[in-house]
Amino acid sequence: MNSAIIVVAVLIIATGYGIFDRKRTGKIKPKVDSRHQILADEIGGELGEAATVLQFSSAFCTPCRTTRSTLASVISHYPKIKHVEVDAESNLQLVRRLDIRQTPTTLFLNSVGKEIARAVGAPKRDQVITALERI
Amino acid sequence: MIDARGPRWSAGLTSIVLIIALITRSPVLIIIQLVQFGIGAFAGPPKSPYAWLYKKFVQPRLSKNFDSEDVRPPQFAQLVGFVFALVATAGVLTHTWLVFTIATAFALFAAFLNSAFGYCLGCKMYLLGVRFRSV
Repeated sequence: MNSAIIVVAVLIIATGYGIFDRKRTGKIKPKVDSRHQILADEIGGELGEAATVLQFSSAFCTPCRTTRSTLASVISHYPKIKHVEVDAESNLQLVRRLDIRQTPTTLFLNSVGKEIARAVGAPKRDQVITALERI
Repeated sequence: MIDARGPRWSAGLTSIVLIIALITRSPVLIIIQLVQFGIGAFAGPPKSPYAWLYKKFVQPRLSKNFDSEDVRPPQFAQLVGFVFALVATAGVLTHTWLVFTIATAFALFAAFLNSAFGYCLGCKMYLLGVRFRSV
């Protein structure tokens, strides 16, 4: 009897959390934090001329692949915007400074490398387009 | 790369096994689940008994067009499940019901989220773990 109640409670809480998580995942939120400026050599290369979309990925992450292909296909229409994917685990200093907590996390950087928006989880295609148009 | 529906189907079966285990407090069921998690975590999800059932009885009835995924994310999830199942097994064998119930409830929570929502445990936990480990 007691255990049946626990089972029902776990399933209800998990369903609630699952719906909540699905709603918030991939949402691109504006973020202006002056500490979050990334230099070109921190991501191993040049920043994009107009903007850089910086994706943090890890090995144990299925949506990282989806995110990579969404970002690559959208960004291919913007010659002045660059897509950079880095492995979170091998860039822990950067991960700590930018407070990256899970993968995929995508940062939208302006031309000088300042973070202006971020998406935690796989972002949707139309949201990426909206975010890039705003830069 | 593996059929991404396999791990989700296995997580569904895992949820059912864990629900029955929670209600009946059956040592046999939790040990079956422990073995499933152990093989999935250490030999890889495609080698696990539930994956065998999936390939034998479920996959032939499904569409040939499917999303594939890297084997590492589900393998990480199996490792998390293994840790919970290990604690649950210790609880059931020593009749420490509080320990058994909490550990099994957490495993059920994660398995259900994975099955119903395609929740990626590795995305949320792995990076935090690495950050914590190497502070």
